[in-house]
Amino acid sequence: MSTSPKMKSAAVAAKLKKQPKKTRLEPSRLVEAPKGTQGPYKLPKNQMFQDHRKFGFSNIMLVLVIAFLFMPLFVVVTYSFNASRGMRWTGFSLQWYYKLFFDSKELWRAFANSFVIAITSSIVATFLGSLSAIGIKWYKFKSRAYIQVVSFLPMVLPEVIIGISMLIFFTAVRIPLGMFSIFVAHTTFNLPFVFLLVSARLEEFDFSVIEAARDLGATERQTLMKVIVPSIMPGVMSGLLMAITMSLEDFVITFFVSGPGSTTLPLYVYSMIRYGVSPVINALSLVLILGIMLLALGFRRFLKTIAASS
Amino acid sequence: MGKRLKGFDVTVKDVSRAYGSFKALDDVSIEIRKGEFFSLLGPSGCGKTTLLRIIAGFDSPDNGVVLLDGKDILPLPPDKRQVNTVFQSYALFPHLSVYENVAFPLRLRKVPAAKLDAKVRDYLHLVQLDNHMDKKPSMLSGGQKQRVAIARALINEPSVLLLDEPLSALDAKLRQNLLVELDHLHDQIGITFIYVTHDQSEALSVSDRIAVMNQGKVLQIGTPYEIYESPATDFVARFIGETNLFPAVVKQCVPYEDYYMTTLDIPALGTEIKVTDYDNLAVGQHVSFTVRPEKLKITGHQPTRVGKDINLFRGIVEEPIYSGFQSKYYVSLENGTVIKVIQQHANYMDEGPDIDWKDQVFVSWSAEDGYIVEVVDS
Repeated sequence: MSTSPKMKSAAVAAKLKKQPKKTRLEPSRLVEAPKGTQGPYKLPKNQMFQDHRKFGFSNIMLVLVIAFLFMPLFVVVTYSFNASRGMRWTGFSLQWYYKLFFDSKELWRAFANSFVIAITSSIVATFLGSLSAIGIKWYKFKSRAYIQVVSFLPMVLPEVIIGISMLIFFTAVRIPLGMFSIFVAHTTFNLPFVFLLVSARLEEFDFSVIEAARDLGATERQTLMKVIVPSIMPGVMSGLLMAITMSLEDFVITFFVSGPGSTTLPLYVYSMIRYGVSPVINALSLVLILGIMLLALGFRRFLKTIAASS
Repeated sequence: MGKRLKGFDVTVKDVSRAYGSFKALDDVSIEIRKGEFFSLLGPSGCGKTTLLRIIAGFDSPDNGVVLLDGKDILPLPPDKRQVNTVFQSYALFPHLSVYENVAFPLRLRKVPAAKLDAKVRDYLHLVQLDNHMDKKPSMLSGGQKQRVAIARALINEPSVLLLDEPLSALDAKLRQNLLVELDHLHDQIGITFIYVTHDQSEALSVSDRIAVMNQGKVLQIGTPYEIYESPATDFVARFIGETNLFPAVVKQCVPYEDYYMTTLDIPALGTEIKVTDYDNLAVGQHVSFTVRPEKLKITGHQPTRVGKDINLFRGIVEEPIYSGFQSKYYVSLENGTVIKVIQQHANYMDEGPDIDWKDQVFVSWSAEDGYIVEVVDS
């Protein structure tokens, strides 16, 4: 090379002097993950946001959004303990709760109707929606794309239009309006949501998993029961939960297709408001909020596993 | 070799598989020996994965036979073959923990609990995942996932392990480490490994033997150095490593010591060059001439001692590519043909390589370092 051996050794010596002695890395025979890293790397909690200022833009927005979301609920809950009917605070009382639990037969009947419809329609919708998602994913056929688009229609169409068209349909085929018509309507508008959630799950489904199961000694039936069904279960379950919620809260479509004796909770609440806001509704709000919070807490573990396994 | 050879030999005979008009496998025959680390190497679409899937039982050939330890396995479904697969996408069961993923095959066979637990722990230890047993696959890194897949495929004690590009989704450093790890596993377990890859350096570094495939055909089967040093076809020469390859015509072929000294006329180089080869080639025969870039010598001055079997060219460095341990030069010869030269930097350099851009250089190689590839057809 271009330099003499003497110059070379001088240069090496200079370099050795400059650089601190490094600990020699022993090449390991087998790779090992760096200590402490478990799974994907996460930033330490205090480094998640770069803006540390107390009154930074993001913090102010956060507070405003939370206030906007929760203030109405807070007002409702507060007035459920008001002694008088009006919006003026006259003192603490539990009378509206007493009224809710012991003097609101109609309300509880509506609640029962809602519950029955929510459970039945969401189970049927989940069953049909999951099967159609699997069918669309697994089998290639010509009308596949059209079916996919059409199945999303109930999701994007205004509810009023769905409601009216269902009403016209039920009248045309002479299905009496009542619990059954509501059940059919709810099943219909829940279907696309379940379909979407299960499809999303299937999108991530790695089909080589099926081959892996077969390769490892599973028969076709074992592959279905032990691999395919469990791995799409989180999608199916979240579809079911979604369907229950959607059904419980639906007002517009139900309004069109309900008949005598089939009042659901949202319809009943609406009819109560027509005669002035009863504080019983405030009391009901808190009961529902608490009930749903308990449900959510109960499902938290489950929802977490959904998130973890997806 | 000192290995405990427990695996089975695999014989693939006259296997063809077509998808419509596309021939994925065209009359392929390979004999894989007991306990061998055998690689199927080729570009994507060459049929290597199709062949692997046929051995595993996920696909069946249009004709031909596949024998495992002498027995025809084609009528058997995948779950009845003593063969397990490590998939490119890992194919772990997302709803099961690492432990349960590995235990899956044993649970299917209803292995008693105590025995199952001991065995699962053994295999998790083998792939160094003792501390990650309870995690879900989604919480693991790519390398860890691949090791779960390997443990799961091995726990059934297969006679042959099939690996379908198991490292292609990992980064380069990790790939190197896992490759060494795989090699050690192979030494430890002693079963037959069939490894599918498109990465020639992976195949060269771990395989006992390699089959190079292209367009559904096996072009060459041999040890890594046979394939590198004596490629059977133009394609193999170009696909494995880097090379300078030129069409040539045999001008003269005379006996020379133990072999033959062949003079080739190479239009691209504008001159004749000398190559020693074992074959007595007919004058006028069309062949390809190949010489690996690292076998060329590059100097800034005219070499003083030029023997009669040294091929010497003058040229200009068009592009020097320095990469630490070596430099690659694209040298434009006097007639415009570009030739690749790799120079290893074995000595300490204070001021970098002494050959620079646009320098005039001399490129030379000995007749022994070239290789003649016979052109089979066309």
